Amino acid sequence: MLRRRLDVPLDRDGSVRFVPWVIALMVYLAAVMLATGIVVSGAVSRWDRSLAGTLTVELPPVKAGVADGMDKVVALLRATPGIEKVEPLAAEQTSALLRPWLGAEFSAADLALPRLIDVHIDPDAPPDTKALAEELATMAPGATLDDHHLWLDGLIRIARTIEIVTAVIILLIGGAAVLTIIFATRTGLAIHHGVIQVLHLIGARDGYIAAQFQWQALMLALRGGLVGIGLAALTLFAIGHAAEATRLQGSEGGLLPSVQLALPGWIALALLPLLAGLIALITARITVLRALARMP
Amino acid sequence: MVRFENVGMRYGSGPEILRDISMSLAPGSFHFLTGPSGAGKSSLLKLMYLAERPSRGLVNLFGKDIATLPRQELPPLRRRIGVVFQDFRLIDHLSAVDNVSLPLRVAGLPEEEIRSHVTELLRWVGLADHLNARPATLSGGQQQRVAIARAVISRPSLLVADEPTGNVDEDMGFRLLRLFDELNRLGTTMVVATHNERLVARFNHPRLHLENGELRLERGALGGTA
Ligand SMILES: Nc1ncnc2c1ncn2[C@@H]1O[C@H](COP(=O)(O)OP(=O)(O)OP(=O)(O)O)[C@@H](O)[C@H]1O
Ligand SMILES: [Mg+2]
Repeated sequence: MLRRRLDVPLDRDGSVRFVPWVIALMVYLAAVMLATGIVVSGAVSRWDRSLAGTLTVELPPVKAGVADGMDKVVALLRATPGIEKVEPLAAEQTSALLRPWLGAEFSAADLALPRLIDVHIDPDAPPDTKALAEELATMAPGATLDDHHLWLDGLIRIARTIEIVTAVIILLIGGAAVLTIIFATRTGLAIHHGVIQVLHLIGARDGYIAAQFQWQALMLALRGGLVGIGLAALTLFAIGHAAEATRLQGSEGGLLPSVQLALPGWIALALLPLLAGLIALITARITVLRALARMP
Repeated sequence: MVRFENVGMRYGSGPEILRDISMSLAPGSFHFLTGPSGAGKSSLLKLMYLAERPSRGLVNLFGKDIATLPRQELPPLRRRIGVVFQDFRLIDHLSAVDNVSLPLRVAGLPEEEIRSHVTELLRWVGLADHLNARPATLSGGQQQRVAIARAVISRPSLLVADEPTGNVDEDMGFRLLRLFDELNRLGTTMVVATHNERLVARFNHPRLHLENGELRLERGALGGTA
């Protein structure tokens, strides 16, 4: 089918020679955008998953002579439905958390550190955190409940914005690809008007004539798309490599999202040239059919 | 076969080139179409091979009113009409064989069948040595013969030839008209526009004479009518 002899030789007249290059550029940009979107939404869902199942209860530092509310609070938490595990952090664990910032020499005893309780909740039936916070505050003044949402919500909002922006850019690139193919097809139609008219008059169906254009458009876009995706893959490998090196250097780098794409991500990228080909095929077909519909 | 009723035609908003043309060509008939240059012979033929639509009146081909025919029924109709264009309209990048093959290919015939049919016909019109030549490398007369071969290859029911012998000598012209005569004997309805009075005189076919936008039917050179 793709090797069929063509009555309309678009590739010989130079009118479409720019198409593969434009498509290559578009697929390249779309691939980089898509990869960005995938990495960002991957990071969000990872944060979401690791934090959604936990709460942190923070009790004010122990003051000399004041009753320690710790036991009562732990008992209350354990009795609350929806809470699966309650784990008070020992002073030593709390200071371990701070060590990267404060250095190895400090000891928890030097500072009035708040005491922390890790709470694991059932994500399917979470407790009412608002009511719980109020209850805690009356039981142990100064106690706070942190469900991480303030922090996470901000990040998620930024990430969602990035996702939307990348999606819009990809759509715009797709629109530009459609316009490119329309323009190239119209040029081809104008250059080959005589041939098309002869085919039309000897009884070629519109689909036969459109096929001449659509398969060539498919091949041109595929060719460009493969070049574009190849360059994008190189770029993404380079970025991934550099980011991985940075992560390994920093000890607290766990918070940085991984910029490595997983297999589904690569598959989505690999579909871009095919998508470009499909868009080109359909666009060229519709453009030709619409032009032919104006012939007597 | 071909029936025109009060057909008028103009290009865009230009003057009316054909006025009130009414005629009826019987199946299997052979007509010459004559008239001064610019009289509208090519325009009349364009209406017959469906390259143009009339600005008024009725065009009926093979018993079908063209104006009311759905679009998808036009290609099969066009395949029953062979056309020799005044300016040949050969496709530059295709060889003689491929040009002549087009109507069969468009109709979806198998390749092997196409090839043998086409070579045979090209031999018959004296182009055995130019089967794979591009139109640009052929003389005007050779191109005209390729154009004629393309028009007759699919054994059309109606053959419309616009000045088909304009570029060949008297002998070749006569030979080509004999080919048309042969096709006509086999049932093809023929309409041949020409300026060549001598060729017209050698055949006993009626003529349609077009002048000042009006059509007049004249009897054949020897008094025959069809
Ligand atoms: N595509 C067109 N657009 C506008 N006017 C046209 C077009 N084709 C032909 N005409 C005009 O229509 C008139 C008839 O032209 P046509 O080609 O039918 O004449 P003809 O009888 O075939 O002439 P010839 O014997 O020289 O081939 C001419 O005045 C010509 O200028
Ligand atoms: Mg003419």
